[in-house]
Amino acid sequence: MSIDTKEIAPAPTGDLGGLAQGRSGLRTLKNSIAGVVIWGAFLIALIPLGWILWTVLSRGLSPMLDATWWQKDQSGVGAPGFDHNVRGARHAIVGTLMIALGTSVIAIPIAVMTAIYLVEYGRGGAARAISFMVDILSGVPSIVAGLFIYAIWVTFFGWQLNGFGSSLALVLLMVPVVCRSTEEMLKLVPNELREASYALGVPKWKTIVKVVLPTSFSGIVTGSLLGFARVAGETAPLLILAQYSQFLNQNLFSGNIAALPTLINTNLPNMAGDPVSADRVWGAACTLILLVLVINLIGRLIGHFTKVKG
Amino acid sequence: MSSSTGASLADELPDPDGRPPLRGDGAGTGRRGDRLFAGAATGSGLIVIAMVVLVGLFLLFQAIPAIGEDKVNFLTSRQWQVSARKFGIVQMLWTTVATSVVALVIAVPFAVAIALFLTQYAPKWLSGAAASLIDLLAAVPSIVYGLWGYFIVAPKFEHVQSWISDVFGWIPLFDRVGGVGGGTTIFLAGIVLSIMVLPIVTALTREVFNQAPMAHREAALALGATKWEMIRTAVLPFGKTGIISATMLGLGRALGETVAVLYILSSLPEGSKWTWSLFNGGDTFASKIANSASEFTPGLGTGAYVAAGLVLFVLTFLVNALARVVIERKKAFTE
Amino acid sequence: MGKRIDVKDLNVFYSDFKAVEGVTMTVEPRSVTAFIGPSGCGKSTFLRTLNRMHEVTPGGRVEGKVMLDDEDLYAASVDPVAVRRTVGMVFQRPNPFPTMSIRDNVIAGLRLNGVKNKKVLDQKVEESLVGANLWNEVKDRLSKPGAGLSGGQQQRLCIARAIAVEPQVLLMDEPCSALDPISTLAIEDLVTQLKEQFTIVIVTHNMQQAARVSDRTAFFNLEATGKPGNLIEMDDTQQIFNNPSKKATEDYISGRFG
Repeated sequence: MSIDTKEIAPAPTGDLGGLAQGRSGLRTLKNSIAGVVIWGAFLIALIPLGWILWTVLSRGLSPMLDATWWQKDQSGVGAPGFDHNVRGARHAIVGTLMIALGTSVIAIPIAVMTAIYLVEYGRGGAARAISFMVDILSGVPSIVAGLFIYAIWVTFFGWQLNGFGSSLALVLLMVPVVCRSTEEMLKLVPNELREASYALGVPKWKTIVKVVLPTSFSGIVTGSLLGFARVAGETAPLLILAQYSQFLNQNLFSGNIAALPTLINTNLPNMAGDPVSADRVWGAACTLILLVLVINLIGRLIGHFTKVKG
Repeated sequence: MSSSTGASLADELPDPDGRPPLRGDGAGTGRRGDRLFAGAATGSGLIVIAMVVLVGLFLLFQAIPAIGEDKVNFLTSRQWQVSARKFGIVQMLWTTVATSVVALVIAVPFAVAIALFLTQYAPKWLSGAAASLIDLLAAVPSIVYGLWGYFIVAPKFEHVQSWISDVFGWIPLFDRVGGVGGGTTIFLAGIVLSIMVLPIVTALTREVFNQAPMAHREAALALGATKWEMIRTAVLPFGKTGIISATMLGLGRALGETVAVLYILSSLPEGSKWTWSLFNGGDTFASKIANSASEFTPGLGTGAYVAAGLVLFVLTFLVNALARVVIERKKAFTE
Repeated sequence: MGKRIDVKDLNVFYSDFKAVEGVTMTVEPRSVTAFIGPSGCGKSTFLRTLNRMHEVTPGGRVEGKVMLDDEDLYAASVDPVAVRRTVGMVFQRPNPFPTMSIRDNVIAGLRLNGVKNKKVLDQKVEESLVGANLWNEVKDRLSKPGAGLSGGQQQRLCIARAIAVEPQVLLMDEPCSALDPISTLAIEDLVTQLKEQFTIVIVTHNMQQAARVSDRTAFFNLEATGKPGNLIEMDDTQQIFNNPSKKATEDYISGRFG
């Protein structure tokens, strides 16, 4: 709750003239400077946001508006006899969504169940330990998550890398986001509803599944969408785990798979003097930022319009 | 119940009188379901613990052989030449800490000011939207920050940096460094990181400012304090521990940030001279690992990077755990 | 239907704190029993032990016996979930499920316990709402959310929800304290009507209400804050209000404290 202190602040207006003059000019000056600095800080913080959006949109929107961007992958690029100017990103868009979906399928159940444990079951030391670990997990750098999966997947088991490995690394990053927001939502469900259900002779687990979760459903959806947006935009683990492919690969469990961040990373070295590569990079950046922002926005709107009613 | 409508639960419930028995194995009342569900919830919590523990263990066990083969001191050497079996982390540690500290030195004052703006200054209609705009900064993928920082900001920053060197070059931190062109320096990486961590520091700081007791604020105003004096006496002291823990969490983020730093910061050529200057290039733990990812081969080479990752993991673990302790302490005081 | 409750030497604890001490009483079937007493005297806590709802709070436990006819509610083999199907409860603040319609609220208990037959459910909706004196007011909007009703209607919806599972006993924890006088009257009428079928126990702060609706009244008190609550006396309501046998009861009823 934000409290508007302006309404209770004494106003140094004419009818309070005597009082207002009681303040020294220096104090009033300090007060004004503080106001300007604080407003200024907010406005300055908006500059990078606007600048970034302008940069990406102005450079990346035009390749995105071409139908081939969505329809074609880059098969054949680089081979003799093919069109080297294909700007298609279908393979990377599909890959990004598939990896993030794979992550969500694993991460959301774990996160929601962990939140349920923390709110509905957890007591004492075990709950504190798990809650602490959720905090630690939310601070694990994404590159470390990637390195960890590499250490298991390749070094330990000696398996071939595929898209699912990337999904697993991203699970570590998604779980804490979804868990924390689900936890907040479950805490908002009034205890009276749980009691009403128990008093009807409904067992605890059915109370949670049929009464508590539906009441906080939209909040959990919001949290999941924010988590999805976070991992869809994540790059670092993919640099270690996702071997780029210029072909559309619809199998998460086999072979190299492209993603928007790795498309950017692959084309980056060729950008100087190659407008096609530059288009691919900025187009992919633009697609990625719009994807993330749109999912984020949908999540926030759902959260905004369907607040839990006690 | 012999009801007027003739509807009875008799056909639906297992017992012939339509009454569930009080006794039994509990199958009908869901005791078994309760056990399974509670087990699943507890199991998920344990998975979370296992994730963190496994990250630590796997990194540790794969780092040990590499550190054992190390020809220089892992913790005190500046040399990192994987092919020559020389793994020293000093240069990376310095770059990681320097970029992160620069980021926080810039971000924290801004975050505090913005949190004050959102809680004390912004009109009600603006406050929610303004907070969402700040949150949007967190939604921008880090690779986009990297592209923007490298292609757009760095060329402009080069002039600023050159000017700072001209005026403040006598301070070692702002010494001019040859060979690192285009503004792609620790200082710029720090600036971009500061924008990236701003939302998280702001959000946490805003939360504690919102909890500052109304009574204290009104008391200050009733004594004739100006708004700014009220903030200094009733809001800022209350939020101090919150600001500290928010700073720690922001630091945790900055230490581990990868792609933005990877794109912005120029790598240093091998054997370059040591300098304290922020206008130097370099590699953070994260950017070094990412940069070398394509050359990973199972074996000691990868082990060296795993060891670097382990140091980064331990650093962020400590910073985050400390932040958590500060928050818990604070809670114990206010409750 | 409507069963007798026999309580013998019941102590109620929350972790180490003894909230209620040494209660022995009998609640007659198909009657209304009122619990009165000052705040914190343990009457609500005691009420919640009659369907083991106090166990929902961590650390809640009892010593002693609660018999429902000839079954001990606290015997090791008894499932608390089954107890709550037999002994229903209505709470202080109306708490319809916000995600469910009026219809779904009424049959929530049945549905969540696995009843699927639509015909039975439909009949049960009407029967329970008629039973709760709410049918005429909501029959045209059964699919609207329950949260859209007035406070008094919501409380009657909660009563309909509680009686839909056909309990033997209905516990009411200050069911009118959040309602206006008109809605309170409607609930009191309903209570008088429901005692034809159910054993009813009602906790109330309102002594006129206890006098109006109950057949028997139990007065609870506590010696001091931090001490456990006790049952001071229990008798026919007429007797308690006109000629109580204990001084503390008389003081409370005549408004000298509490």
